[in-house]
Amino acid sequence: MDFGPYLFVASLEGAITAAVLALTAVGLSIVFGIMRVVNVAHGEFYMLGAVLAWWITSMIAGHPALGFWVAIVAAPLLVGALAVLCDRFILNKVNYDPERTIVATIGLLYVIQQTTLMTFGPEARPVQAPFNERIALPWFEYGESGFQMIWPWGLSTTTYKLFVIVAAIVILLALWFVMTRTRIGLIMRATQLDQEMAQAHGIPVNKVYALVFGLGAALAALGAVLVVPIQQAYYLMGSDPLLLSFIVVIIGGLGSVLGTVVAAVLIGMSDGIISVFFTPTLAKILATLLVAFVLVFKPNGLFGKSRE
Amino acid sequence: MSSLADSSAGLHKPLLSQGIRSILLHVLIVVLLFLLYFALPVYHSGNLARILVLAVFAMGYNVLFGYTGLLSLGHALFFASGMYGFGLAIQFLDVLPGAAIFIGLLSAVAVSVVVGVLALRTTGVAFMIVTLMFAQAGYLTVLLFGEYTRGDEGFNIHRSDRVLFGFDLSQATNRYFCALILFAICLFLIAWLVHSRFGKTLVAIRENEERARMLGYDIQRHKLIAVIISGTLSGAAGVAYALLFGYAGASFAAVQYSILPLLYVLLGGAGTTIGPLIGTVFMFYLIDLSSDFASAYLSSEFASAYMLIAGIVLILLTMFAPQGFAGLLRSKYKWLP
Repeated sequence: MDFGPYLFVASLEGAITAAVLALTAVGLSIVFGIMRVVNVAHGEFYMLGAVLAWWITSMIAGHPALGFWVAIVAAPLLVGALAVLCDRFILNKVNYDPERTIVATIGLLYVIQQTTLMTFGPEARPVQAPFNERIALPWFEYGESGFQMIWPWGLSTTTYKLFVIVAAIVILLALWFVMTRTRIGLIMRATQLDQEMAQAHGIPVNKVYALVFGLGAALAALGAVLVVPIQQAYYLMGSDPLLLSFIVVIIGGLGSVLGTVVAAVLIGMSDGIISVFFTPTLAKILATLLVAFVLVFKPNGLFGKSRE
Repeated sequence: MSSLADSSAGLHKPLLSQGIRSILLHVLIVVLLFLLYFALPVYHSGNLARILVLAVFAMGYNVLFGYTGLLSLGHALFFASGMYGFGLAIQFLDVLPGAAIFIGLLSAVAVSVVVGVLALRTTGVAFMIVTLMFAQAGYLTVLLFGEYTRGDEGFNIHRSDRVLFGFDLSQATNRYFCALILFAICLFLIAWLVHSRFGKTLVAIRENEERARMLGYDIQRHKLIAVIISGTLSGAAGVAYALLFGYAGASFAAVQYSILPLLYVLLGGAGTTIGPLIGTVFMFYLIDLSSDFASAYLSSEFASAYMLIAGIVLILLTMFAPQGFAGLLRSKYKWLP
């Protein structure tokens, strides 16, 4: 394959990474934006989404697509419910103190991850896609007879991969609609602006926090259910999305869902393309250092407004 | 902990000042650890040597977290700098163990200076994330140079390279007393440090940074020195681990080795000189016993999941006892250092 079509395939893969990353990172972003909680266990909620999707599809007999459609609804709901419980019984009890919540969510990370290891096991397990037709893609080239359309071997995608991208866009639009056009979105934004003032106006801030934490986790799980037919469910699969979500949230700035989405597209696309040129380990080193240096040299800027 | 209660009961005379009491307590702990070697069966004295080295790591962590109030999530980087500085020097530079120890300590100092200068530009949550990211980059770098470091598999340090002043440190007795000497030096060093002017300033920064700044202290300089002391002690623990147990591997650079010292210090009591030792002993035996129990009565997968215990303890501590064991004791015996 020539370089051009190769890059095209890499960007298509990048678009899928970007779509899933956008969902996961928006989940992390609203939790930080509204609750001021850095959720280190976010990657584990993602992993749980994938593992539950495997579990649900393996439970349901019949057409493989049926299991998948049940999973895409049920897995995020279950993960969201678990997150609400974590909020009620842990985060709420430490009064959402920034440092103590980080330590508590690190604990949560290990509890979820190791419990999955003990029950689900150390193997990676596949989930079948509900549909998966191959689509060959054309490529345009300037040849002897002017522009011509060719069909290079290997330049293709599948219907499911396109579905992931479309689904992510639809979900993000729905989220945007909820946040900006509905009463519950208004309540969330009010809580984000001034928690005490919101409380004074009779907004049940604790319930809003529980809802937001559940919603954030459910978005991560949703991203994982979408990606699991392409990747596979594995108990350590949460660490990369966590790192990438951190990067996206820090680069994109907080509070704005739009900034996070733009950064997710940018990072997801470049991750797909960078990993074509660098070894994955080197790419990860560069990514972690990028986050560190952005935080060091823009201490409050990229983390939204200063807390003081 | 009965020794502690005894000593405080015996020392309830106004003649003994707070300073003398704390010196006596520290001497008593070291003497007790010395005697324990002869009292304990081989399995437990072997464990205790490991605990003492890890306690040094925790004590280093405590300088930054307990006394200065800076929560780092990247101390595995300092531990690993010491471990690999020493291990790689022995392996590839063909130097004497003494020189390799020096190289190990020097690399820990160098890494703490760099991390300190960069990470201290941030505060609070950003500081935690920056240190986490630097440590992660360090871990990945160890994997990247797998040709030399042998990655996750790690490498053994040959027995002939573990002889110091004529003492063969692969031998259990020498190993234990070498660990104890290192531990004792660090314990007295920290006990002296926190009572010094410098240590009191660190506590002032922890309690109220703005006020300390207003009183004219150079906050950034104090914090940087605290990072360097903390990183160097952690690096010394890394050197000692490689030297005494003859192994260096990437798992010591991974994120759980940044979490463990936090856990030891939280459990034992942050900002106390004896807390790190107490926390390390409890956590070590908690994990040891639970994995013994699990492999005896449950499947082997339960035994490998020891970080589950760490996670549960971490959550419970944050929720119910953020001051730890020594913190609880201190609320009863005010003089505790």
